[in-house]
Amino acid sequence: MAERLEAKHRGGTALAARKVEYGDNDDPEEICFQRGWADGLPVTPPTDVRVLRMLSGTKRRPDETIGKIPPYLADCTIEKVAINAVLAGCRPEYMPVLLAALEAALEPVFTLHGVLATTYFSSPIIIVNGPVARRIGMNSGLNALGQGNRANATIGRALNLIVQNVGGGRPGEADRATLGAPSKYTLCFAEDESDPEWEPLSVSRGFPRGASTVTLFQGHGVEAVVDQKSRTPEGLSRSIGSSLVKIGHTRLTQSARAVFVLSPEHYAIYREAGWDRKRIERALYEVTIRPGREILAGADGIGEGVPASRADEMVPKFHEDGLMVVRAGGRAGLFSAILPGWLAGRNRLELQPVTKQIRE
Amino acid sequence: MTNWLRDPTAETSSLKRARRAPPPSLAGLTVGLFDIGKTRSDEFFNRVEKRFVERGLKVKRYGKPTNSKVATPENVQKVADEADVVVIGLSD
Repeated sequence: MAERLEAKHRGGTALAARKVEYGDNDDPEEICFQRGWADGLPVTPPTDVRVLRMLSGTKRRPDETIGKIPPYLADCTIEKVAINAVLAGCRPEYMPVLLAALEAALEPVFTLHGVLATTYFSSPIIIVNGPVARRIGMNSGLNALGQGNRANATIGRALNLIVQNVGGGRPGEADRATLGAPSKYTLCFAEDESDPEWEPLSVSRGFPRGASTVTLFQGHGVEAVVDQKSRTPEGLSRSIGSSLVKIGHTRLTQSARAVFVLSPEHYAIYREAGWDRKRIERALYEVTIRPGREILAGADGIGEGVPASRADEMVPKFHEDGLMVVRAGGRAGLFSAILPGWLAGRNRLELQPVTKQIRE
Repeated sequence: MTNWLRDPTAETSSLKRARRAPPPSLAGLTVGLFDIGKTRSDEFFNRVEKRFVERGLKVKRYGKPTNSKVATPENVQKVADEADVVVIGLSD
């Protein structure tokens, strides 16, 4: 109501973004498509009332500049974030999460320009930790990587719309993806922190327990990992490793980072054996180190692989810190999931995931 | 127009200019009649011109040779310079 009155009596003067007028006979959703503001799915038309309401979700000033959005390095204000959040279908209480995700994406080491422009499948993947996830109703359980949860769906979508609309990163233009991936619409979920013995991703990345954070990863998804028969942590790790080495190509060692989404039933095998996050991540790193001679370029007429000079080396698939395990999923199903990283991840120091605390 | 949305972009491309409000009255204005070049446009415009003149309006005739090509900028600018309102005609 307050936003409606403000829009009516102040004519939206609190807003700086220019007005795009349309006629009484025009459909505002169609205007959004015609202007190129959508991602292929319908968006919510950004009226003054909706934008003002979205801005009520943050204490930050609408005219504050949050950074320059690649690829065309346009200044982005909090108000522009709010307008795109409206387009995406966010609720105002998602704004702090979205703003933290955008700040993480703008860290130089995230290389957002490259993630957008690459011919590969990648886009920003958002993982949320801490009390904010429960407060805004995010899904970390059944179908956590799928459709159906508004916060999961729209926060990820809003970030991609900001890059498209403010940064100018349009598919087929600066976005040069050969095939793309459904995850380029949105891939955002929360970690299951229901087990107090489990170290959340945010804590493993240096933030205090109880802090709300976003972690951004350059990747795509989802690739299934099925093992319904292994019952020991060692066997399960080797089994998962046999899927992890296939990322991109079984002989490639370029896709050097991945998120491994560990489901409750697979986690139970580790938990009963007393394995914690560090031990699982270390085991998965070790089981994906292979003799160079097994993945040589040219063998069997397959061009991909490591050069013959590495035949006697033990070649890791991932960087030592390249695997991030995140717990999520429904209680039934001995399935987990891989979210493969961007191929450019081979440059460990140039390209890294980024975690930011959420300021509410 | 009283409806608008807020621009989610960096506003680096121009907005289409809003349509001008029509004049409250045609009194004292010059009406341009622009023939787009369809085969019987002249019959239509001859009648329209007759009716406007009967009402005491000043009329100027314009046109382009064929409907298959767009008006040149010079042509459009000449109309904008000399006429206050324009009727653009189509007739087969």
